[in-house]
Amino acid sequence: MARTIQSLERAAAVLRLLAGGERRLGLSEIASALDLAKGTAHGLLRTLQQEGFVEQEAVTGRYQLGAELLRLGNSYLDVHELRARALVWTDDLARSSGESVYLGVLHQQGVLIVHHVFRPDDSRQVLEVGAMQPLHSTALGKVLCAFDPVAHSEALDGRRTDFTERTVTGEDRFETLLETVRARGWAADVEETWDGLASVAAPIHDRRRMPVGAVGITGAVERVCEGEELLPRLVAAVRDTARAVSRDLGALRF
Amino acid sequence: MSETHSTHASAHGGGPFIAAIDQGTTSSRCIVFDKDGRIVAVDQKEHEQILPKPGWVEHDASEIWTNVQQVVAGALEKAGITREDVLALGITNQRETTVLWEKATGRPVHNAIVWQDTRTDALCKELGRNVGQDRFRRETGLPLASYFAGPKIRWLLDNVDGLRERAENGEILFGTMDSWVIWNLTGGPDGGKHVTDVTNASRTMLMNLHTMAWDEKICASIGIPMALLPEIRSSSEVYGEATGELAGLPVASALGDQQAALFGQTCFEQGEAKSTYGTGTFLLMNTGHEPVNSYNGLLTTVGYRIGDQQPVFALEGSIAVTGSLVQWMRDQMGLINSAAEIETLASSVEDNGGAYFVPAFSGLFAPYWRSDARGVIAGLTRYVTKAHLARAVLEATAWQTREIVDAMQKDSDVELAALKVDGGMTANNLLMQTISDVLDAPVVRPMVAETTCLGAAYAAGLAVGFWSDTDELRANWKRAAEWTPRMDAETREREYRNWLKAVERTMGWIEEEN
Repeated sequence: MARTIQSLERAAAVLRLLAGGERRLGLSEIASALDLAKGTAHGLLRTLQQEGFVEQEAVTGRYQLGAELLRLGNSYLDVHELRARALVWTDDLARSSGESVYLGVLHQQGVLIVHHVFRPDDSRQVLEVGAMQPLHSTALGKVLCAFDPVAHSEALDGRRTDFTERTVTGEDRFETLLETVRARGWAADVEETWDGLASVAAPIHDRRRMPVGAVGITGAVERVCEGEELLPRLVAAVRDTARAVSRDLGALRF
Repeated sequence: MSETHSTHASAHGGGPFIAAIDQGTTSSRCIVFDKDGRIVAVDQKEHEQILPKPGWVEHDASEIWTNVQQVVAGALEKAGITREDVLALGITNQRETTVLWEKATGRPVHNAIVWQDTRTDALCKELGRNVGQDRFRRETGLPLASYFAGPKIRWLLDNVDGLRERAENGEILFGTMDSWVIWNLTGGPDGGKHVTDVTNASRTMLMNLHTMAWDEKICASIGIPMALLPEIRSSSEVYGEATGELAGLPVASALGDQQAALFGQTCFEQGEAKSTYGTGTFLLMNTGHEPVNSYNGLLTTVGYRIGDQQPVFALEGSIAVTGSLVQWMRDQMGLINSAAEIETLASSVEDNGGAYFVPAFSGLFAPYWRSDARGVIAGLTRYVTKAHLARAVLEATAWQTREIVDAMQKDSDVELAALKVDGGMTANNLLMQTISDVLDAPVVRPMVAETTCLGAAYAAGLAVGFWSDTDELRANWKRAAEWTPRMDAETREREYRNWLKAVERTMGWIEEEN
């Protein structure tokens, strides 16, 4: 059997001790029950508290299980909750950018569009909620691959179709591209999925800094790009929106 | 709805701006809008819900006035602008909530009686005499029901010591919340303007829709001295200038909240309709320049009036239980953890599995008006799961919308071209698709969700020439999403028949009231 990590075993013992019913214990009770030095027990409790697995009562100073433990078993973010939270911000993004807005999450081997705001001109447009986009070539997909390890492995294992001559399909180039996305915090797709269209997207994080989705705009290349580059104004607007939605999710209680 | 939603003015095209106050049932808000109708800043403050007895709901009007002043100051501060950057102030308000105050001091003589308050139930029955609840319907467009302001005034005159005498002496003023806010804004005891707009006046049961003036006979029948009543003005004109910190700012619009949403959704043409999906749902349809009598249980009300133009009328239907049914599934049944999850659960199945849910929790409202009805879940078999019920919950809102739209088309002979929607439940994609399916009409969501405040801002901006006409406002209206019908006619007809069968099964449950 491989070596085990003592402090993790001790932390598990603390949690087991606090589990069951409404148990609140003081530091010395915990230390003596587990036969630990007070300082060691305190260090464990402080770390668990930081992670939200343990909470300390303000008045008595006693410890109890934290809300984070309840969330572990039920920790996915409902995509409809995500849409409800994003609604005002994505409307505002469509108005300020003049382009259509998409909100996507990882679903199987692709990006599921969970929210779509029309481009604010009077043209005829069709709601694309429920549609799938590829992971490796779209701005939304690349953001998910860069920040969510599950999306990353799906994209690496899956087939990376070359939709246009600009689509990046090779593994090395794909990884380099994702590093850039991670470094600057946003992804672009300039005619890599659809001829004539360009997109920019940024990640949405929840309160634990987990990537839960991506938000972005898509529009005609000549409107959203200057030469090869996306207009900085649009990149900033997309990133502002992603931050605003993330902030809203930070206040979210499950 | 996000209370923290505010961006700095610099992110927008700069001033000038219009500010709108939404004096609502649970809170007062102020939103600053730019010329494109985009939100620049929001401030909001809740007020106390005073519940002295079951069925009684009151607000402290003084607290509300303090909050209104704070949210206006707060919104300007968040926008990073001053009073000089704002061209006009508009007002929209919870409708029918009634306050009486001393003209000399501005002190309310009693807490405001809120629209939800049912203390005037017995009084309304008594006022119906041998005619029943439609006694004043021809003149006012309304049935005798406890919501409306007239009977609430009468209750106060009957129950506050010495009030009737003081009212007859002209010492007391009546107002719905628009009047209360405008009077205080424009100087209060020191020359405040005692006015109301046609939409709010149309919810008192005291205004005649055919003359747009207080109806002397009805006031006498209900027992209300006319000295109490404010002057009836249009929804969009300068009533006066604010005093105090906002000194000189024109107060330039007033609209009841649902009418303000109609205005904010730019439903300026006959046959255009909006539906606001919240805890309950309010559907209003523009019926043009003539009031349309309803024989199908809807209310006839004033939609708006711009300055000295002809008034525009509306038919109104409301659904008591929509968002609150989703909350019931969450809080009472525990089938979901958050309201948004109803869509997740409902989407996990293809159809309702044969189940229909009629949430007649306190009777059936428009178009049935059956207080003896109670909620029913029909069509249960062993096959039905909680996901089917979630679907039935969403379909209930869709079918009730259909029933109101059908009633409106019958009354007005106008075909609904598209339904403009707003409110929190528009985030529910499956619900919006289902509504489009059962109406067999497009459902359209605009880009600004805050249509109520926007409507008040539009009306105020029109009054001061910030916007030139309603065409310019229409150009501001942007489609954020549109759902088009996907259900085949045969399915729609079959499902509607099943829904109507389920509705039938709710009736007559409460025996003594039938």
